[in-house]
Amino acid sequence: MSLLEVKNIQTYYGQIQALKGVSLEVNEGEIVTLIGSNGAGKSTTLRTISGMNKPRRGEVIYQGKPIHRLPADQIVGLGIGHVPEGRRIFPRLTVEENLEIGAYLINDNKLVQERKERAFTLFPRLAERRTQKGGTLSGGEQQMLAIGRALMQDPKLLLMDEPSMGLAPVLVDFIFEIIQRLNKEGKTILLVEQNARLALEIASRGYVLQTGKLTLQGPATELAARPEIQEAYLGGH
Amino acid sequence: MSLTDLLSILPQTLLQGLLLGFVYAMVALGYTMVYGVLGLINFAHSEIFMIGAVAGLEVFRYLGKSGNPFVILLLAFVVAAVVSGIVAMLIERLAYRPLRRRGGKNVLVPLITAIGVSFLLQDLVRAIEALWHNEFNMQYPSYDSFNYDIFSAIGSPLGLILARTGLIVIVVSIVMLLALNYLVNRTKLGKAIRAVAQDMSTAGLMGINADTIISRTFLIGGALAGIAGVLFGLIYTNITPYSGFQPGIKAFTAAVLGGIGNIPGAVVGGLVLGELETLGGTYLGFLTRGNFGSEYAQVLAFLILILILLFRPQGLFGQNVSEKV
Repeated sequence: MSLLEVKNIQTYYGQIQALKGVSLEVNEGEIVTLIGSNGAGKSTTLRTISGMNKPRRGEVIYQGKPIHRLPADQIVGLGIGHVPEGRRIFPRLTVEENLEIGAYLINDNKLVQERKERAFTLFPRLAERRTQKGGTLSGGEQQMLAIGRALMQDPKLLLMDEPSMGLAPVLVDFIFEIIQRLNKEGKTILLVEQNARLALEIASRGYVLQTGKLTLQGPATELAARPEIQEAYLGGH
Repeated sequence: MSLTDLLSILPQTLLQGLLLGFVYAMVALGYTMVYGVLGLINFAHSEIFMIGAVAGLEVFRYLGKSGNPFVILLLAFVVAAVVSGIVAMLIERLAYRPLRRRGGKNVLVPLITAIGVSFLLQDLVRAIEALWHNEFNMQYPSYDSFNYDIFSAIGSPLGLILARTGLIVIVVSIVMLLALNYLVNRTKLGKAIRAVAQDMSTAGLMGINADTIISRTFLIGGALAGIAGVLFGLIYTNITPYSGFQPGIKAFTAAVLGGIGNIPGAVVGGLVLGELETLGGTYLGFLTRGNFGSEYAQVLAFLILILILLFRPQGLFGQNVSEKV
């Protein structure tokens, strides 16, 4: 049984249909990537899974249970962490407070402390900046904080929306190493990326989304080899 | 009056201004906190304040002759805080939340609703008091032990006079402000309130139920306003169902002055406004050679509001809107 099953979801922003029936599956322990151009509906797919948007039709099944009617604040409690597009750090909370708020559903203070230390071990840069306000961090640091914050609740499934966006190449490599490391430590990851080459390199499977519909899917190596993918998303050589 | 006369009453004027300022500050906090989480000016907040004053008065009415006045005052604070807090929460639940659910983008709708709730509460209290006690003008009690001048014992330095009630206003306000500061900056609830204020949808991803947090924010702001209502009653003694309007709108001005949404700003704004109004009341006649008397002090608050909106709309401590993203 797959960990997450998205069945034919259709999501709207007002009158505009952003997803025209998207279905995908994520198995436990996988890295699955969702690639596609701007406005294809990648973020909307993640937002529909985490409950920020509601599908008008279709289902989201997590661990065998439908979750698409639950509000976002309950879905996170089931073990789905979302690193949102644009990081969405709380700008006037400190780094430490941002992490603590990530552990909002945990009442055991000792556990929160432990997880915070774990985040600081994963991202030593954040430890140096622990009393600084989130809004004063660089883009890369904010991305680290967004990931660290999502990990505070120790999710089983991590939805990551464009973690490489706007980062220097060195930092992109670092973030991708972190993603692989988290996966090795047992996290299942659904990764949305514009950087299709890198995403397909670390993923086991991939889906290609175009204007609200899936056009291709399959093992990541096969997708990377397909001429139309190379043409459209890998800079075509 | 000579200049020395005018100077000799300055310390007392500043002290009076401080008392008024603390009351404004405590009411202003409710405006600013609700604005912080919802972006809504809760104009019904002035009635929450009035209801606190009336609730405290009822405690004195029923228990006032039966024991130590200070114990009864303590009880009045508790009752006012509870009643005002619950009324504030109910307003959110019954009036603002349904509007939020419908997801309208028009900010005027909740604003007009707030004004409507404000009128409704004024006349509801008026009806209740008329039926219950056949009263419109209500008097806070005056005990000798309340009015005792605490400075008389140390020889009235600088000619200062401060009734015990005045001291109570200062102490209670400071205690409440410190408590609020602790709550907002050190507790989990406080962190959640700030997170919701900064980014409501991302707060949901953290597992925070925004409705719960908004409700608690109304409760806290309402309780502070209720206590401020009792303090106001202690200073001015006469309360009517319409007593909330003027202090309410001035507290709102104080919140804008400090930068709406900013908690320390509301406190500073309240204190500045209290001082300006009291100083104006004392000195305006002299400064304008009698052309404008102390009655114009009331206008000062609104003059200040207009000036802020013209020259520094984000207020003294306001963040630039762009930072809120």
